[in-house]
Amino acid sequence: MTFAPLKTVTSRTLVLSLENIDTDQIMPAKFLSMTTKAGLGEHVFANLRYDKEGELTDHELNSEAGKACEILVAGHNFGCGSSREHAPWGLTDYGFRVVISSEIADIFRGNSLKNGLLPIVIDKRAHQWLLDNPGADVTVDLESCEVRLPRNGGTYNFDVDAFSRHCLMEGVDEMGYLQNQDDAISKFENKRL
Amino acid sequence: MPKTLFDKVWERHIVVPETEVHPATFYIDLHLIHEVTSPQAFTVLRERDLKVRRPDLTLATIDHSTPTKINPDGSRPYVTAQAETQVETLLANTEEYGIETHGWDSDNRGIVHVMGPELGATQPGMTIVCGDSHTSTHGAFGAIAFGIGTTQVGHVLANQSILMRKPKTMAINVNGELQVGVTPKDVILAIIAKIGIGGGTGYALEYRGNVFEQMSMDGRMTVCNMSIEAGARCGMITPDETTFSYLKDRKFTPSNYDAACADWASLATDEGAVFDKEVNIRAEDIRPMVTYGTHPGMGMAIDALIPAATDATDESALNYMQLKGGDKIAGTPVDKVFIGSCTNSRMEDLRAAAAIFKGRKVASNITVIVVPGSVLVKARAEDEGLDKIFIEAGAEWREAGCSMCLGMNGDIGAPGDLVVSTSNRNFMGRQGPGVRTVLASPETAAATAVSGVITDPRKMESAA
Repeated sequence: MTFAPLKTVTSRTLVLSLENIDTDQIMPAKFLSMTTKAGLGEHVFANLRYDKEGELTDHELNSEAGKACEILVAGHNFGCGSSREHAPWGLTDYGFRVVISSEIADIFRGNSLKNGLLPIVIDKRAHQWLLDNPGADVTVDLESCEVRLPRNGGTYNFDVDAFSRHCLMEGVDEMGYLQNQDDAISKFENKRL
Repeated sequence: MPKTLFDKVWERHIVVPETEVHPATFYIDLHLIHEVTSPQAFTVLRERDLKVRRPDLTLATIDHSTPTKINPDGSRPYVTAQAETQVETLLANTEEYGIETHGWDSDNRGIVHVMGPELGATQPGMTIVCGDSHTSTHGAFGAIAFGIGTTQVGHVLANQSILMRKPKTMAINVNGELQVGVTPKDVILAIIAKIGIGGGTGYALEYRGNVFEQMSMDGRMTVCNMSIEAGARCGMITPDETTFSYLKDRKFTPSNYDAACADWASLATDEGAVFDKEVNIRAEDIRPMVTYGTHPGMGMAIDALIPAATDATDESALNYMQLKGGDKIAGTPVDKVFIGSCTNSRMEDLRAAAAIFKGRKVASNITVIVVPGSVLVKARAEDEGLDKIFIEAGAEWREAGCSMCLGMNGDIGAPGDLVVSTSNRNFMGRQGPGVRTVLASPETAAATAVSGVITDPRKMESAA
């Protein structure tokens, strides 16, 4: 098991409303030189969290309340750009388990699902509500594929690939599944020879 | 049923078809690896006691963290000890697992997406992955090629396969006559400006039309390289005579070359095949392009006025760039010029830049670095005397690598610098904290370097 199973998450939201937050913003390149995954949470969104002198800013991400948030709400097209898996590693090490936007880039979405971070694309109205209500207490239920907003926010469904959902809910990764296909892969290889 | 190029290559690589319950098991023909996105994958192999299934289908090089300068004593000035460790770790891992590696002593070391095609390892009809989003470059040969994360690098090392669902297909049709001075970089920047930075999310692109048919392989690679900047993981071009003649007599060219070409020719999209989406662009409408904002979709014609901000995101981008809606972008003072990256560091790019530098000097307010894509490109450029043209003009001629495209090796700008760059991403801070990036073609970058301000290359007379 590489991450804790994810079934429901109830948390305050942390909102970063800018659109097109790319993986360079999530994890700047100077933090990609490491050969392990440890401690990347310290560097996630480094340009927002540290000033030119390297001192912590007063950004919400540096507050105790911010650090307790497990749900990140971001502007349209989150995670575009580089394929660096250091981005979801940083987000999960920081403490996020869910990221919600109106669009999430393909490679980042795939990388997130492999690291126990649930990427949710939600309809524009719910997304706007979340952007307008930072710090709302939101429940994400992976069993029913629902996002439940507090007060008069309503309940919204989201789509997640059945296989990825299974892996997240059980806390299993795909390596074992692929290993079990060894025979099929060998057969495929032999056929092409 | 008529099939697209993507469909045909996709179907050839299905080990287990996808169902509602699980994605397809998809076979990979070529796995390219480099130092940044592989170390944690090798750690997983060790933790689980797995071997590399097909070292013979895996190729490695070092490019992101490598210095582009050499110290007088021959040592290499790594930006940090960690960067050196990362390079050493790649070399040790590939040695241990028996993977062909183009390290410091190889004539083929270079940016991984320059190396693969040069070796002829990149071929039509293949599936190619790498822990790097610009793997889309290899689609220029009619391969399905896309970037993966480190977890999947581990999957491919161990199983030569990944799990994935079939994306939708989008045709990008560009037909007509390109204006004089309009380059492949301008074509792709115009495409991204039209469909948007997320416009290709969920799609595999196929670039179609006479503009791509007439384009060289170097140009096609520039186009496919930036597919990811529109959100598409891969972008492809039909393999044709241009592709086949490029691949003749390279290290990995199949020995049954003629039969291979016949097979490759059969991959073209069938008449009447249906794409999930089609986009049409008139070649005549494309002008030399530059970006004015903080993502590659914020592109504009170099002779146009900067678009006004329509929302808070645009406004924040223009503020960061210190540019104003309604102003001209041509004439904006520039601090640095970078010519290189997996987008524009091949021979044609360097020749195009050199044609403008020849007999001219870099403006006094500007520093220029020219970074060839590979050791081989460097040697060929020097054979043609291009290095002398750059150096005489006042530009620095560096060693091969990714360099200032993402600045991992320490090649970065100073805060506030405006950098005109032939690379692929103008994200905030990508080329250094506070650095402002304007993406452009090698021609525009060179014209800007000698003028000192953003300059339309059509206004320069080539001295060549």
